[in-house]
Amino acid sequence: MSDVLVERGPEGTVAVGAIDRMLNLCREHSLWYLLFGTACCAIELMQTGGPRTDADRFGMVFRSTPRQADVMILAGTISYKMASRIRRLYDQMADYKYVISMGSCANTGGLFKDSYAVVQGGDLIVPVDVYLPGCPPRPESLLEGLMLIQQKIEREPWLSRVRGKIPPPKDPWPEGSRCP
Amino acid sequence: MNPTEIQERLGQRLGASLECGGAGADAFVIVPAERWLEAARALREGEGLDFDYLRSLTAVDRPAEGKIDVAAHLFSYKRRHALTLKTRLDRAAPRIASLGAVWPAAHWHERELWEMFGVAIENHPDLRHLLLPEDWPGHPLRKDYAMPERYQGIPTRRPAPLAEPAAGTGPTNTGPKNPPEAP
Repeated sequence: MSDVLVERGPEGTVAVGAIDRMLNLCREHSLWYLLFGTACCAIELMQTGGPRTDADRFGMVFRSTPRQADVMILAGTISYKMASRIRRLYDQMADYKYVISMGSCANTGGLFKDSYAVVQGGDLIVPVDVYLPGCPPRPESLLEGLMLIQQKIEREPWLSRVRGKIPPPKDPWPEGSRCP
Repeated sequence: MNPTEIQERLGQRLGASLECGGAGADAFVIVPAERWLEAARALREGEGLDFDYLRSLTAVDRPAEGKIDVAAHLFSYKRRHALTLKTRLDRAAPRIASLGAVWPAAHWHERELWEMFGVAIENHPDLRHLLLPEDWPGHPLRKDYAMPERYQGIPTRRPAPLAEPAAGTGPTNTGPKNPPEAP
């Protein structure tokens, strides 16, 4: 962090820098993801949280409730029946939230192209930040996806966004087009 | 009991000559739709038949013949024999009695039968969609099923990102040809 000035004062060390950087530093190192899987990619998601890949060392721990989660990982095939449930979980997450589309099915429908039951991509339901290719992606790949989210957070003008100066991501499935 | 004996015994119990076919594990009997439940009960409770297990209940759409064939795959753990019970329904208004009173496992199969093929189930206690969303239109496993363009505002098609470009606009293939071109 070259743009942070560190000074040793009479009562201790003082760091002077942009408050955005400080807040983003805190946010990106407590990236809690929602414990949620729709299909077989969820197995790799579990591996990512397990001791070998150990996402915990980056401050990424799973949360079992959307209220406490920052990241939603679309892990697996999404059926139309699941679509409204996923959207509800996404809506229950507190702003500012991020979505990783994990694996071919969540990216584009993958193997289930032309299926009557499968949504042709998670980005038709929720705004997606990172797409991971693979069937399924390896835990290393998912970890890289989470680190890409960290990089995205690091660059964000956080306070401007909180004050509404930067619009939220475009909603692919706005409320008006949804049925109750 | 071998398939021929099963078929004969079922015919005796129903007092009718039934259309039979297949051999071994593929043996089947076709009964009229109105005797569907009666035939199931006869197979479940009949002396020496004892079909105590409903393996699966499914259907085949045959639009050319205007029929929907329903098939119940049965097995007897007690007697170690198997049989497929079939019936043919009118495709325009398929209607069949529930087998739930004979094998309670049939309830879920019948819910699927109803949502996928549009076969109306009589006396079903809880006829709701099993796999599809509650408001899904149409019956996807019918041969003439047309997918809706959108479901609740979600597009059901996604343009292929690597679609073949129009002739003359894309890169030309400079690799080896198969079969090789004459020099």
